[in-house]
Amino acid sequence: MTTRDLLVIKNLVKRYDGLLATDDLSLTVREGELHAIIGPNGAGKTTLIKQLTGEIPSDGGQVTFAGQNLKRLSEPERSHIGLARSFQITSLFQDFTVLENVCLAVQAHSGHSFRFWKKINDDTTLTEPALDILRQMGLEPRAYIATSSLSHGEQRQLEIAVALATKPKLLLLDEPMAGMSQEDSEKLVERLNELKQRYTILLIEHDMDAVFSLADRISVLVYGRAIATGTPDEIRNNEDVRQAYLGEEA
Amino acid sequence: MNWLLLLEQILNGFQLGLLLFLLAAGLTLVFGIMDMVNLAHGSLYMMGAYFCATFTGWTGSFLIGALLTLPAVFLLGVVVEVVALRTLYARDHLDQVMATFGLILFFNEATRLIWGPIGLVIPLPEFLNQTVEIIPGAPYPAFRLAIILVGFLIAGLLYVIVSRTKLGMLIRAGASNRDMIGALGINIRLLFTLVFGLGAALAGRAGLMAGPILSVEIGMGESILILTLVVIVIGGIGSIKGAFIAAILIGLIDTVGRSFLPEILDLVLPSQTAATAAPAISSMMIYLLMALVLAIKPQGLFPPKGVGR
Amino acid sequence: MSISPRLLINSALLIFLAALPFLTDWAGDSFYTGLVARILILAIAALSLNLLIGYGGMVSFGHAAYIGVGAYVVGIGAFHAFEDGIDWMLNGYIQLVIALLGSAFIALIIGAISLRTRGVYFIMITMAFSQMLYFTAVGVETYGADDGLSIYSRSDMLGLIDLNDEKSLYYLIFISLLVVLYLMHRLVGSAFGNVIRGSKSNEARMRAIGFSPYKYRLTAFVIAGAIAGYAGFLMANLNDFVSPDVMHWTRSGDLIIMILLGGMASLFGPLYGALAFLMLEEMLSSIPLTIGGLHVGEYWQLIFGPLLILIVLYARNGVDSFLPGARKNS
Repeated sequence: MTTRDLLVIKNLVKRYDGLLATDDLSLTVREGELHAIIGPNGAGKTTLIKQLTGEIPSDGGQVTFAGQNLKRLSEPERSHIGLARSFQITSLFQDFTVLENVCLAVQAHSGHSFRFWKKINDDTTLTEPALDILRQMGLEPRAYIATSSLSHGEQRQLEIAVALATKPKLLLLDEPMAGMSQEDSEKLVERLNELKQRYTILLIEHDMDAVFSLADRISVLVYGRAIATGTPDEIRNNEDVRQAYLGEEA
Repeated sequence: MNWLLLLEQILNGFQLGLLLFLLAAGLTLVFGIMDMVNLAHGSLYMMGAYFCATFTGWTGSFLIGALLTLPAVFLLGVVVEVVALRTLYARDHLDQVMATFGLILFFNEATRLIWGPIGLVIPLPEFLNQTVEIIPGAPYPAFRLAIILVGFLIAGLLYVIVSRTKLGMLIRAGASNRDMIGALGINIRLLFTLVFGLGAALAGRAGLMAGPILSVEIGMGESILILTLVVIVIGGIGSIKGAFIAAILIGLIDTVGRSFLPEILDLVLPSQTAATAAPAISSMMIYLLMALVLAIKPQGLFPPKGVGR
Repeated sequence: MSISPRLLINSALLIFLAALPFLTDWAGDSFYTGLVARILILAIAALSLNLLIGYGGMVSFGHAAYIGVGAYVVGIGAFHAFEDGIDWMLNGYIQLVIALLGSAFIALIIGAISLRTRGVYFIMITMAFSQMLYFTAVGVETYGADDGLSIYSRSDMLGLIDLNDEKSLYYLIFISLLVVLYLMHRLVGSAFGNVIRGSKSNEARMRAIGFSPYKYRLTAFVIAGAIAGYAGFLMANLNDFVSPDVMHWTRSGDLIIMILLGGMASLFGPLYGALAFLMLEEMLSSIPLTIGGLHVGEYWQLIFGPLLILIVLYARNGVDSFLPGARKNS
């Protein structure tokens, strides 16, 4: 495994009505690692994801991804250079089937879609990779049912499957376990363990057991600033972190 | 260029603009706080004119007729809100558009049934039916002047209500954060009904003032509705201030443009072409303005915070 | 593939429409051929609008404008052929090309600006732009202003088909409807259609997975505009007349009502909706009921208006939900 820096965030800023949601934040994600971000509610974790994907503009700072400055790239363009995200609040194509959800993401990365005639459902260049991803996420048996009839846990898995279908270099997972049962969470941790062998992952998660078992490195975000970054052990023993964050729970 | 004519047209522009503002204020409030598109707003304007014509006929006095019209249209608005629109707040805009389109059909047909297909006339009392020389050499109809004065008065009153009173605070809170008023424990249903009634009364007020100078007829609501939509789109949906500025702007451009465009075109085009092109171009102007504004600011000039989030 | 009851009903309807001119011949009353021809033209326009509203979630409230553009091309062509003896302007193929390109071009401009906005802004802007075209037509004295233009000779199709023959015109309209139905079927199921439907379903996710919906939406807008322009071409020939009224915003409202009546996002929905709309109009306006000297039928919109509200509130999927095999979720 190399230790090249894949994502470099420097002095990133985001203001909402004078309030600093992201405050001079600097962070680096190395290629191949699973980097977790933890922090109390309102620490600006989802804001950070939105800034990285380009959903909201930044008010300052610089983000470099795979050597490329993201500043002028739109959200779809960032997807095309390998940034993919899952949503904290499930955001799927509810009236599409499970397979169609993934196919659409594959389609987005298979050239332009100004093809007006050929039936999309029979297009094996889309369905085969899509089915393959569903298999990885354990959703293959559910491929042909409507997304709206999936259980919450299954929808959370599909969230990740859709992100995977865009062939990402970096997966931004925004609380993938939100609202999941204990059992489903454990299964998802297993899957993430498999995925981290193949993908670089930036993980935001409240489930501390999951974070400390999965992460190679952890950054702690408080009021929009990264107050510490290190291995799970280093974070456990960091005084600042104990005070600012873990202390609250102890 | 004829300066007196220009001055007169500017006054006319203000008068149209203030009428549009009365309509736009109600519509933009209803949209801002209830997230509701109401195409039938023009019908309430029409009802204002018809009510006023009827009441004036009964009482023999335009002023009393006008005074009676306001509570009547307010009540009508409340009834419409309670019977038909209340259930639509939670629906998508397409449903709202279609249902209120149904209301327009109903109101037009009901009007035809009750008042007949031929338009009505609202007779003006003597003191309004004359001209005043506010500027020496430029007589101006007193009633139009009254519209301008009343319009400014109501605009000022609205400003005070929205910025100084509790109702206004709730309206502003509702426009920027709909969930918040619910959290404050306010009776939202009642608030919505009140605001809708207020919007209706303003539309009715516009209708009764337009009645004597335009004409009281079926369909008068639809043509002005589109202008009103243009106003609130340019102003930023939900913004009273935006509605006011955009209404005056539209009023001036439309009125002044219509009377001076032929002369202006004459300077650049052969007169034959200018004469044919002028009416078409002048009716396009406000839409071009709208296109221009939206090309630069897709949310209008003064988008209220929170709306459309 | 097994034959579903729905397919059977749809086929039966098409066969009935195909046989209609002969049925009315046999019944000795050709009035209904004209009425149904009008319905089919509106169905073509409603089908194109359904690509935007039903499949794409773009509530365009100005679709009648493109019908107007197509219709005025025929009207203006006939006018100059008649007044100034410019024969090529009567050539149906030239008219058709101009009608298609003209309506597509105007849709391109209107769409390019309108699609930058969202939700209720989009509804109002498309409506305002169509009113702009309406007032433009009202303002042009040369072409009849409010009164419109009478069309003294229909498009000359150079002997391939004689539009002056009512039956030929009916079949041109009917076959056009079939073609547009098939076109929509292919379009909706294609890669392009997938993007359009996806953008309606969840635009935020579309952007996150790498699509820029704008250019696809604009393309759909242009395609729908061109098809509506084609409907206008047919309409002018059928009516021998064109006036600004075809572009009035309430005509656009009628098209949306048809889609709503027929059921959104179903292929045949707009056809059923157009049939239902004009049948309702015919039926309600001929109610043989008189109350206190008033003919109820004369005030049919008094019933239709509230009916529309009830349909919106309680029968959201229109005719489509009464046909077998309807999707249960709304």
